[in-house]
Amino acid sequence: MNYTVNDYKKGQPRWCPGCGDHSFLASLQKAMAELGVPPYQTAVISGIGCSSRLPYYVNTYAMQTIHGRAAAIATGVKVANPELTVWQVSGDGDGLAIGGNHFIHAMRRNVDINIILLNNRIYGLTKGQYSPTSPRGFVSKSSPYGTVEDPFRPAELCFGARGHFFARAVATDSTGTVHILKAAAQHKGATVCEILQNCVIFNNGAHEPIYTREGRERNAIYVEHGKPLVFGEQKQYGLVQEGFGLKVVEIGKDGYTLDDILVHDAHCQDNTLQLKLAMMDNEHGFPVALGVIRDVEAPTYDEAIYAQIEEVKAAKPYHCFEELLETNDIWEVK
Amino acid sequence: MAELEVKELEAVVVRFSGDSGDGMQLAGNIFSTVSATVGNGISTFPDYPADIRAPHGSLTGVSGYQVHIGEGQVYTPGDKCDVLVAMNAAALKTQYRHAKPLATIIIDADSFGPADLKKAQFASDDYLGEMKINPDHVVACPITTMVKDCLQDSGMDNKAILKCRNMFALGLVCWLFNREISLVEQFLHEKFAKKPAVAEANISVVKAGYNYGANTHASVPATYRIESKHKVPGRYMDITGNKATAYGLMAAAERAGLKLYLGSYPITPATDILHELAKHKSMGVITMQAEDELAACSSAIGAAFAGALAATSTSGPGICLKSEAMNLAVIDELPLVIIDVQRGGPSTGLPTKSEQTDLLQVLYGRNGESPMPVIAATSPTDCFDAAFMACKIALEHLTPVVLLTDAFIANGSAAWKLPKLDELPEIHPHRVLENQKFKYSPYRRDPESLVRYWAVPGQEGYTHILGGLEKDGETGTISTDPENHHLMDNLRFGKVARIHVPDLEVEGDADDADLLIVGFGSTYGHLHAAMAELRRRGHKVALAQLKYINPLPANTAEVLTRYKKVVVAEQNLGQLAALLRIRINGFTPYQLDRVKGQPLRTHRIATIFENIILDKIHANGDTFTSRIV
Repeated sequence: MNYTVNDYKKGQPRWCPGCGDHSFLASLQKAMAELGVPPYQTAVISGIGCSSRLPYYVNTYAMQTIHGRAAAIATGVKVANPELTVWQVSGDGDGLAIGGNHFIHAMRRNVDINIILLNNRIYGLTKGQYSPTSPRGFVSKSSPYGTVEDPFRPAELCFGARGHFFARAVATDSTGTVHILKAAAQHKGATVCEILQNCVIFNNGAHEPIYTREGRERNAIYVEHGKPLVFGEQKQYGLVQEGFGLKVVEIGKDGYTLDDILVHDAHCQDNTLQLKLAMMDNEHGFPVALGVIRDVEAPTYDEAIYAQIEEVKAAKPYHCFEELLETNDIWEVK
Repeated sequence: MAELEVKELEAVVVRFSGDSGDGMQLAGNIFSTVSATVGNGISTFPDYPADIRAPHGSLTGVSGYQVHIGEGQVYTPGDKCDVLVAMNAAALKTQYRHAKPLATIIIDADSFGPADLKKAQFASDDYLGEMKINPDHVVACPITTMVKDCLQDSGMDNKAILKCRNMFALGLVCWLFNREISLVEQFLHEKFAKKPAVAEANISVVKAGYNYGANTHASVPATYRIESKHKVPGRYMDITGNKATAYGLMAAAERAGLKLYLGSYPITPATDILHELAKHKSMGVITMQAEDELAACSSAIGAAFAGALAATSTSGPGICLKSEAMNLAVIDELPLVIIDVQRGGPSTGLPTKSEQTDLLQVLYGRNGESPMPVIAATSPTDCFDAAFMACKIALEHLTPVVLLTDAFIANGSAAWKLPKLDELPEIHPHRVLENQKFKYSPYRRDPESLVRYWAVPGQEGYTHILGGLEKDGETGTISTDPENHHLMDNLRFGKVARIHVPDLEVEGDADDADLLIVGFGSTYGHLHAAMAELRRRGHKVALAQLKYINPLPANTAEVLTRYKKVVVAEQNLGQLAALLRIRINGFTPYQLDRVKGQPLRTHRIATIFENIILDKIHANGDTFTSRIV
């Protein structure tokens, strides 16, 4: 059966006008329709925060749970019924602060859930406190003189927790978002899609250099497996490896040709260069990498659980309660 | 050699003690199993230190295993022991207080050298004098030497040989109690089926211990014979409370036709439930060792949402961490079994000791109005029934349910008559009805039971959202409407209140007791034994042990107000008494509150109860109620 976007729509979103959540929701519904997984075979799990209201607006099975626990709950859903496609929707506070432990362990276990990290670098629902992704010095209601702590970089956490899939998109870029969501759903194992998102009320201008199409042409690079890492309005710039790092070069200048440009390998087991791509930022003269940065196959937790059960079933002679009883030392009183 | 007397006893208590690594638990376990095999009632209590391996021979490293065997059913592991086995000086020093005045003390004389005595903090080499122990009651046997002699040709190294000392003590105890050595042999052959050499070595040491007793009469005035009476025919096994809990979950899953999912995080004394279930993958059991207690409970909620029979196991500190997730299960109205194997608190407290101090925490320790059924298991074997019933209530009423056990019954064991699965109650999860397809609303309920209908992902036509936010009772959407919230709180409360639980039973002199003893959960054995002792002393006494705490049995108030005097006895500072005072207008019981981390002492509490009956009780004075005894 074919599904349309409308099959995944429900209710009237109540986010602020201009919030990145609106466009992300539309992209998610589009991706769901294109993937064609029936709504009743789909579960969307969230925690607490503005973005965690999202499950109320999708016509699937859904849970909006408690702060930080979405990854743990989504893990239980997937393990109990591996047939389901499970999405987890979290913000930067929900996923990386109060839920940081569950985030890294979901990655480590490689349970087949799709973690969406809507990163607006602010706590919105509690009205404007800095988050674990707010930059050092960030002024907010809870940091009136600027923060004195460094932020997490979600990609670094994901890679550090041995993640096998990391992708990034800008919330207002529907094509880019739909593309990575579909790739994430089709990847077996835990995936992280970092969605860069503006908060018009409490952190307006977050991700500003890449929030528009024009901005992205100048300040972002769309990475694609097997394609050279080039960017710019005319694709005139590219990335090369130099020493231990990456370098931006202009093709045709200083002797660089297209052949010198690095070709993206999302499937490479070694995540060194993928991490370097993911960590690029405008402040250091690099474009921000968008698209699927890492996509490596690995055994998934849920499959391994059931495979082990089958293995033990074949090896052990008892499969029901009364057979289990017989494995004990039993005596008879007459 | 003098003629040896054989004493016929109704019941006897043996305590094996030694260093943590001395294998006392195994010796005790074999002795209880062998006794159960011949039809004796058994009850056991392992008393082990929190340290995994305290310094060898030190006072903190002593581990004990107490076995109570009787001709009929025994209700407790016994107060004090008739026979104490002490494998070293530290064991004698710390464990003698658990011995009766005339108890037989078996010691390994080789472990009472100057260094051993120093480690055990004896001042001189007259350790018996220091402890005021009558040497006539002591069997000082050079166990280490004799074990070495016995195994000198075995080819085993010294370390392996010394590991068999426990079997010598076991052999000696078997002789003392006229136990068939062949049963021990059989047990060891099965236990070491894959290591026949180890089995043979152990068996030869057991025999050496037995023969030592038989040849020397071991300087004891008597040996004992425990006959078996009141036998209920059937097939039995020895089971601990934690294992019985795990079995209860597996039985319920099979009875309900559901996948069993356990989310858990290691914590003493609950971890054996995780260990047990992790073994049984061939039954399709899924165990997930989570990154923390929060994830353990949360993942179980996810599994429940997805249609599994979901459980999470922990102890008190873990309940603190799970509370937020437990509350989500309350408002989502999902089936979930939360097992709290209570231990001494507050905070890390006494991890290996037993208390009943989480009662009010599990009832009330959550934000908002958060009603949750609570069941307290009354014995190691009752853990099976209680776990089974917790699952049944969770699935049929779509609610989280707390199962309270504690370190005492979780680690203690008893003989358990094997159940038949089809003789256990049926379990009918409150599933969604076919006529609700495409018009399902998750919070519409059965008007009688107030239970909503369970639809799970994968079922077409029932997509819905559950959430931690208050929802409209009709549509399931978010609602902050004051009338709706008031209604929803009342519906959730009413749903739990309407769960049918069995009436509270009164044992003993139900019609004319002068004193009614009231307890809950794991104190059943001790309170029952205290009641029996008082009735033997000629008093009219009854016992009402609560197993279902929320909701309380319908006849609770009627039963508790029927008697002249009521004493509530519990291992906390009056939590059940407080609850009953809230629930029963004008109820002012006597209270016996003990939080020592150790099981109650039957004889001691019987005497206190007797004083209540005789109006000889003196007010405590330093508490807010003068009826605490």
